[in-house]
Amino acid sequence: MNITLRVWRQAGPSDQGRFETYRVSDISAEMSFLEMLDVLNERLTLEDVEPIAFDSDCREGICGTCGVMINGRAHGPQAATATCQLHMRSFSDGDTITVEPWRAAAFEIIRDLMVDRAAFDRIIEAGGFITVATGAAPEANLTPVPKDTSETAFDAAACIGCGACVAVCPNSAAQLFTAAKISHLNLLPQGSAERYSRTERMVDTMEQFFGSCTNHGECEAACPKEISIDFIAMMNRDYVKAKIQKRRGG
Amino acid sequence: MTSSSVSTSKNRSWPLEFYRSAVGKKWVMGITGIALLAFVLGHMIGNLKVYLGDGQLDSYAHFLRELLYPLLPKTVTLWIFRTGLVAAFLLHIHAAASLTLLNRRANVAYEGPRDYAVATYASRTMRWSGVIVAVFLLWHLADLTWGVTPMAPQGWEAGAVEANLIGSLSRGGVALLYIVANLLLGIHIYHGAWSLFQSLGWAHPSYHRLRRWFAQAFAGVIVIGNVSIPLAVWAGWLG
Repeated sequence: MNITLRVWRQAGPSDQGRFETYRVSDISAEMSFLEMLDVLNERLTLEDVEPIAFDSDCREGICGTCGVMINGRAHGPQAATATCQLHMRSFSDGDTITVEPWRAAAFEIIRDLMVDRAAFDRIIEAGGFITVATGAAPEANLTPVPKDTSETAFDAAACIGCGACVAVCPNSAAQLFTAAKISHLNLLPQGSAERYSRTERMVDTMEQFFGSCTNHGECEAACPKEISIDFIAMMNRDYVKAKIQKRRGG
Repeated sequence: MTSSSVSTSKNRSWPLEFYRSAVGKKWVMGITGIALLAFVLGHMIGNLKVYLGDGQLDSYAHFLRELLYPLLPKTVTLWIFRTGLVAAFLLHIHAAASLTLLNRRANVAYEGPRDYAVATYASRTMRWSGVIVAVFLLWHLADLTWGVTPMAPQGWEAGAVEANLIGSLSRGGVALLYIVANLLLGIHIYHGAWSLFQSLGWAHPSYHRLRRWFAQAFAGVIVIGNVSIPLAVWAGWLG
């Protein structure tokens, strides 16, 4: 396969940035999108050109570091797929592919396709944990969890924190990420003790960095883990209960 | 950026504290949205009285002014409704404007093309359809409630609701304005009537299809009911 790539190049946060065009030839359709970038970077290095900076770690769709905008879609054209799991067979020979970093005021571009997602860490720090006394672990089977509840909690826990939800949102809202992180703890017995205070703190922190949800549903469509916007509704409901009814525990 | 621990101010009263948050503003937009939907539906049903002819629309308008009389003085009930309605409009608009500013600050535009997956025309034009409907509403009040020229038709008369309505809609350009404004209102309602369940957190998965259906049906009924009137005047069925 021969591909023309239009890639966003930006030397650092203060650089203006621009698209640069590269031709990549003899690409195998079985290569992943990131492997194709690796091939290009190897050539750029030999040509003494600065290679394209992009994040990646596990390359099996679970670490959440590798997201980029591909032809205007987060993680490219294939549903439920992170960029690293996208293969060149999703494209045709001779295609021109535009690659751009996530864009949101809270996601500063570090370099080229890499963005700083530390705002997500701030949200997690505000309540994405359970407060338990450490010591000997209790017998896990003593706390029964209904099957449906554990399944729903796991659906939320599948969030890999890639930031695609923010990237595709016309408001740069982080509702889907925050709702997923809140829900997977709130739904389970260990997390429900701090259900409302967690929701309140995490939402308030989210709003310091991100926009507000207008229910387009783009995040759900872009999410590589197919997390449902139902979790956003659940978060909204709990936030109202926390604020108006001053509820704290589950 | 500010520190990660957010303490709730105990000095502020909870409604203000709640409204200060974006999720709170969306909740207020949902609640006021329900009030406005209820008004729009009642208003549309009242409009249909024009088809009964025989001064029925005029007596309906008269009935509204005397609602709960003699329990309350004339027009008092009407003014209670009007006050609530104006408050709902102002809150809905204030929350929308304030959230729009927040979103503008949070968002950075893409330099390359964007390919939306599911966002609808309706969801992406809420701000525009909302603003245009609000401006139309002022025009509509000047035309048929206040009788201000040049919005009101010639020979406008207080209380002669049916004659004023038909007089106004007999003007081709005005009829077109009413049709376009009601189509935009329908688009606004189509997204709003679905979206409000999400914002209020009333979104159990088992009701997904029902919510879509509700939004489509609500928007459809309002548009068909309201747009039929200028069309009927144009076709000569009224007046």
